[in-house]
Amino acid sequence: MAKETQKKLSAWDIVQIARHAERPNIRDIIRLVCSDFVELHGDRLFGDDRGLIGGFATIGSEKVMMIGHRKGRGVEENIDANFGMASPEGYRKAMRLMRLAEKYGLPVVSFVDTPGAYPGIEAEARGQAEAIAHNLEFMSTLRTPMVIVICGEGGSGGALGIAVGDRILMLQNAVYSVISPEGCASILWRDGTKAPQAAETLKITADSLKKLGIIDEIVPEPAGGAHTDPAAALAAVKKAVLANLASLKKLPLDELLQQRYDKFSAMGRF
Amino acid sequence: MSWFEKPAKAAASASAETVWAVCPSCKAYIARTTWQEAGKVCPRCNYHERLSGRERIAMLTDTGSFKEFNAAVGVNDPLGFKDASGSYKDKAANTAAKTGAGEAVLTGTAKINKSAVVLGVMDFKFLGGSLGSGTGERILLAAEKAVALKRPLIIVSASGGARMHEGIVSLMQMAKTCAAIARLKEAGLPYISILTDPTTGGVSASYAMVGDLNIAEPKALIGFAGRRVIEQTIKQKLPDDFQTAEYTMAHGFIDNIVPRKKLKAFVAKVLRYAGF
Repeated sequence: MAKETQKKLSAWDIVQIARHAERPNIRDIIRLVCSDFVELHGDRLFGDDRGLIGGFATIGSEKVMMIGHRKGRGVEENIDANFGMASPEGYRKAMRLMRLAEKYGLPVVSFVDTPGAYPGIEAEARGQAEAIAHNLEFMSTLRTPMVIVICGEGGSGGALGIAVGDRILMLQNAVYSVISPEGCASILWRDGTKAPQAAETLKITADSLKKLGIIDEIVPEPAGGAHTDPAAALAAVKKAVLANLASLKKLPLDELLQQRYDKFSAMGRF
Repeated sequence: MSWFEKPAKAAASASAETVWAVCPSCKAYIARTTWQEAGKVCPRCNYHERLSGRERIAMLTDTGSFKEFNAAVGVNDPLGFKDASGSYKDKAANTAAKTGAGEAVLTGTAKINKSAVVLGVMDFKFLGGSLGSGTGERILLAAEKAVALKRPLIIVSASGGARMHEGIVSLMQMAKTCAAIARLKEAGLPYISILTDPTTGGVSASYAMVGDLNIAEPKALIGFAGRRVIEQTIKQKLPDDFQTAEYTMAHGFIDNIVPRKKLKAFVAKVLRYAGF
């Protein structure tokens, strides 16, 4: 039954579920996936981004470094979190925490849910492009296992800035795209209302991305979407993360890094 | 030629265009020979006109030293993309025919004042220099070639960012190119990034910004988000110098701004300091 309902959803329907105001966010993940979380603040350079947070976490019996975008619930929390749009400080904090994970021998688990990196004057002035670029470079050689979970919106470079790892998992109703359907429609169709069509064409759903070989695994959601039963949805996330961490920890480090390099090298090689 | 054509007038306007170039920025009339000799830089206002890949190579490398490789790596259409103006496949084929290039970057070995390097040069005329899978693959292979040959890597960027028509596959080229450059750096080899007008979006947020040195041409547009997107987000007008090379250097992300005429000598000097 769940499968049949899911089949009828268009890419645009899935975009709406991925952006649903009640969709489980990082706070729910901390509450339902982790048994412990110690937030670590700041990039040691400028500030503490509230749109991208991180810290030590315990998932099952695994101690990890967790990073993730923070979308709020309601106006106040969303303004504080800048609607999950991270600034350079967020990406630099993420890098600092990943370095720490490397030093302490902790795997990294990254939860992605952002409309995109923040497009603002201060973000440009402080090097949004440089911050993301350096993370991409750094994650490709990070000497510890890294599991990515695309939870809601995987918005372009803002998502990728914490999403280069050994396994890329994606919730069934999450989306991951180079540009928002609205942005693509207004540029290539010159008509923002063509967003549903752009969403279809861009192939941004978990099913499409699995077929394209971009993601490794789809994490199933309860019928109607993760917001209808956050506990069940996040139990599936926890299970998938733990299974992947277990298999990655068996790999010798050199092999892990070679596989990561090969994985991304092969993307777009035809 | 038929009697009803007007050869005299056609010849007159063609010769005007041959003699004079109009600066796209300050609109000054400059003798075309002067314009060409100056490397398409306006002697009045210092505007640096965008160069094609071939023009850039001619300007930056020792004559005849550039040997292109991986020219067969071309455009792919992983999504079967079609929009209001037609299919991506057709658009790419037209661009390839028009520019004579197979992708938005040309890569090869070259010499710069006798220093042997691996060079990648982007061409904005090829789909806005957008980062497609073929672009990313060529850059990855260039970085790997530099490691194999133990040579420095130099990439001249000119790009509006990711190539939407390839969707997520385009986004992944950012990760892919950075992974290859990280390996080059681990091998202890220099990577010099040259940012020209424009270097924005997915290219500035990947390989263009992680040079050992980031060098820019004067007044080049350099940034992450597009001006319009920022204005719509913050509902304010942006200052004129926003996202220029000068602004980017003042904020600490560019090592030096080098006029086009001096670029080759500057790169050669940097290579000497780097031991090449």
